[in-house]
Amino acid sequence: MKELVRRCIEGDVRAAARLITLLESQDREAYAALYRLKDHAGRAQVIGITGPPGSGKSTLADKLITQFRARGLRVGVLAVDPSSPFSGGAILGDRLRMQGHATDPGVFIRSLATRGSLGGISKATHAAIRVLDAAGYDIVLVETVGVGQSEIDIVKVADTVVLVSVPGLGDDIQVIKAGIMEIGDIFVVNKADRDGADRVVRELRAMLETQAQLRRGQAPLGGPDTLAAHDPDFMHHAGLVPGLSEAVDEESSTPPVLKTIAETGAGVPELADTIVRHFERLMKTGELERKRLESIRYQLSQFVFDEMTHLLSLPELSKVRDELAQQVFCRTLDIYSAGMALFHSIPIQGAAHEDTHA
Amino acid sequence: MERKIRVLVAKPGLDGHDRGAKVIARALRDAGMEVIYTGLRQTPEQIVNAAIQEDVDVVALSILSGAHNHLFPRVVELLKERGADDVLVFGGGVIPEEDIPFLKSKGIAEIFGPGTPTSKTIEFIRANVKRPLC
Repeated sequence: MKELVRRCIEGDVRAAARLITLLESQDREAYAALYRLKDHAGRAQVIGITGPPGSGKSTLADKLITQFRARGLRVGVLAVDPSSPFSGGAILGDRLRMQGHATDPGVFIRSLATRGSLGGISKATHAAIRVLDAAGYDIVLVETVGVGQSEIDIVKVADTVVLVSVPGLGDDIQVIKAGIMEIGDIFVVNKADRDGADRVVRELRAMLETQAQLRRGQAPLGGPDTLAAHDPDFMHHAGLVPGLSEAVDEESSTPPVLKTIAETGAGVPELADTIVRHFERLMKTGELERKRLESIRYQLSQFVFDEMTHLLSLPELSKVRDELAQQVFCRTLDIYSAGMALFHSIPIQGAAHEDTHA
Repeated sequence: MERKIRVLVAKPGLDGHDRGAKVIARALRDAGMEVIYTGLRQTPEQIVNAAIQEDVDVVALSILSGAHNHLFPRVVELLKERGADDVLVFGGGVIPEEDIPFLKSKGIAEIFGPGTPTSKTIEFIRANVKRPLC
């Protein structure tokens, strides 16, 4: 394991790949490797790319790799696709769009299956990021599974979240729903050569500006910044000046909205610039530390949660659980009391696995 | 926890027919394996780099162009050069009987012709994966 970590830090591709496999398999020894990697991690910018299935995330990732490589940066990619809930198998096809980079030694692409995780990434994604970070990749791109409305785990691992939309998915109510639309640092309307792209851009901008105003405590109700203000037809009929600025206001808290055509690469250089600027801003404002600390807090909680799940799967506790379930079924106990009884039967002392980084 | 079997399904060379490859990919998925599909017209170098980054147990090559005697052994060779000779390599597609002994002598573990039941391929993988699964 020591040897594997050493080779990984030196940038050995096989060692990094093997470490990720071990971490994915929840190998306890590999967890210890994370301790050795910690001094070599924390440098990479972690970029999340998320959006609905078929919105062009992989193709966009492919073109972003080209951009970052042209800037002399080494790029690691973690592409997540879903596992079958029935067989546990998976078809990992994101790589298909990025194979043009397969022989570039400055690019490492790894496909991950979700293996039962429902938040859009896999459980091992975080650890895999650390491995690529320590192996010297300047950028780690994480492509989530195709998401719907609430798979937002990417926000817990990425410094910058790029949310990809496409024309034709729904009306302006979709963009004000809670969940996925709240986590983007940068919004991209891909397939921008299709009908309706400008409408999506307008709706996104309106949503983001309303959000920013609500955060500042200025209720936008009825003012010129309502949704209608971003409809040029409305503005025209109302005799108002359309106040849509194409430029990205660096200092504003409103996330930028960009148009791309990933297939041709149009708009991708601007996206890459925007991503780099976002990271610079995070560093300048101290926001990066806040985000990363928040992410660590979450992972700690998650770790305890996973350990509990593991404990519950052990025979003694499964037995207690089954007995309690029987009692709830026979109505001698209610679900809450039974749950508390099960919780208190968890042997907390000595529960943590004894193997450490030694 | 048991490790998943990871398989790279790749199409070396210039033919554009990937129906067989997709059927195999789907069958292996349903058998609980993680299948990385890299698409058409891959060079041996691309295939081997992908195999290493993906840390697969198996590389399954599908070809119909007739260039198997050149491309298959090249994949095995490159894997060996990179120290990844613990990867099981087998092939499928339109491959004449008389070429099979040559391919086997070059380290291709098996050749599955048209009409092979997918269950046979799955059993073959399970029985021959070189790296321990837990």
